[in-house]
Amino acid sequence: MREIQASEITAVVRRLCMDANYHLAPDVTACIERCRREEPWAPAQEILDRIIENYGIADAKNCPVCQDTGLACVFLEIGQDVHIAGDLAAAVDEGVRQGYTEGYLRKSVVGDPLERKNTGDNTPAMLYCELVPGDRVKITVAPKGAGSENMSRIAMLKPADGVEGVKDFIVKAVEEAGPNPCPPIVVGVGIGGTFDKAALLAKKALLRPLGKHHPDPVYAALERELLERINALGVGPQGFGGKTTALAVNIEKFAAHIASLPVAVNINCHVARHQTEVL
Amino acid sequence: MAVRITTPLSRETARTLKSGDSVLLSGVIYTARDAAHKRLCELVAQGKPLPFDVSDAVIYFVGPAPAMPGQVIGSAGPTTSYRMDPYSPVLIREGLTGMIGKGKRSDEVVGAMKQYGAVYFGAIGGCGALLSKCIKSAEIVAYEDLGAEAVRRLTVEDLPVTVVIDADGNDLYKKGRADYLASQE
Repeated sequence: MREIQASEITAVVRRLCMDANYHLAPDVTACIERCRREEPWAPAQEILDRIIENYGIADAKNCPVCQDTGLACVFLEIGQDVHIAGDLAAAVDEGVRQGYTEGYLRKSVVGDPLERKNTGDNTPAMLYCELVPGDRVKITVAPKGAGSENMSRIAMLKPADGVEGVKDFIVKAVEEAGPNPCPPIVVGVGIGGTFDKAALLAKKALLRPLGKHHPDPVYAALERELLERINALGVGPQGFGGKTTALAVNIEKFAAHIASLPVAVNINCHVARHQTEVL
Repeated sequence: MAVRITTPLSRETARTLKSGDSVLLSGVIYTARDAAHKRLCELVAQGKPLPFDVSDAVIYFVGPAPAMPGQVIGSAGPTTSYRMDPYSPVLIREGLTGMIGKGKRSDEVVGAMKQYGAVYFGAIGGCGALLSKCIKSAEIVAYEDLGAEAVRRLTVEDLPVTVVIDADGNDLYKKGRADYLASQE
């Protein structure tokens, strides 16, 4: 059995928190730049130009692309042949603490949702661990801003609602969000599972590189159709009108109960951040 | 062409701005978001003085990232405005004439803007690194315990904003979308 020290996890999380907030991934920048070329509406072109200028500044200066440096969503895929020496959750939180403090990132976490006192170091992380075959640990840090998170929606549809019901719910969620989540957005969708599973699938869908479709051709076609419908809404960048309302629709799916058709829509803004490292 | 506006922003000047106008804003503005708005409105309810003069003032809904060494302020783009909707009408009645944020506002906010003469500006969300370059000074004037949510006095130079909702209630979110869709027919 391979042994990994918890302190190694801390070091990676620390680095990924900073990198994710300073540098947008190439799939995201390539998608935004392609949408800029395809945007026909002049005011929308101007906003996309500013967005491109902004992430260029952040990348060059190592400063946050957006002041909302988010909740630190941390996904660990832990090989079942790995033993982690030390307290894993504490090691992840320590990485977040170091990354957000030493990286001059905003501390946006309140320790209690009702008392609402800032924890001062952006901990705790939103930590998800999954056991996978092998002896590696894959660490993904996805800082998630609240402007888009707050516009996310979930529905427990009836099986009779079918794919049309699913599509209508997703498009309606985006239309109602309008300018609030900082469009152009990335639409993460989870279909199936339970109430909680659908929401997690929607969040995980946001981790898939933009432009990479679901391996199942039925779902890949659904992603394309939904992107087209959403970009016909006219909401546009920042909600001031235009074609580019969404950069991508990414769907993840899972088995469901005979009586259930859960659909979760997790919206991300154009500052679609995630960085991964494998130990 | 952008209109250049320097604060303080009088109610008369606020009424001259029209939805869709590009504005380069200069002068002193104040930052406040959820927690600070709650405290400010509690002071108003108690009849106590506010920590800064809200008359003819502009509030920027922002919680900036910390300044790195050599910086005035970290990334500083707008936060979503509807969360301030329960509080904004109170501050508009107290003399507030401008708000900078992003996203929709409630009918109550727009009603107060029309009644008293105030304007709602949009700054580009997710462009905090770019917008922070327009901020020339920043100092905390209240609620330091709130961290990023403390009230800061900012001096800005040519901060690029757009009039989203004007003092007549015209809304660029509705018009911009309708204009684009009409152009595609």
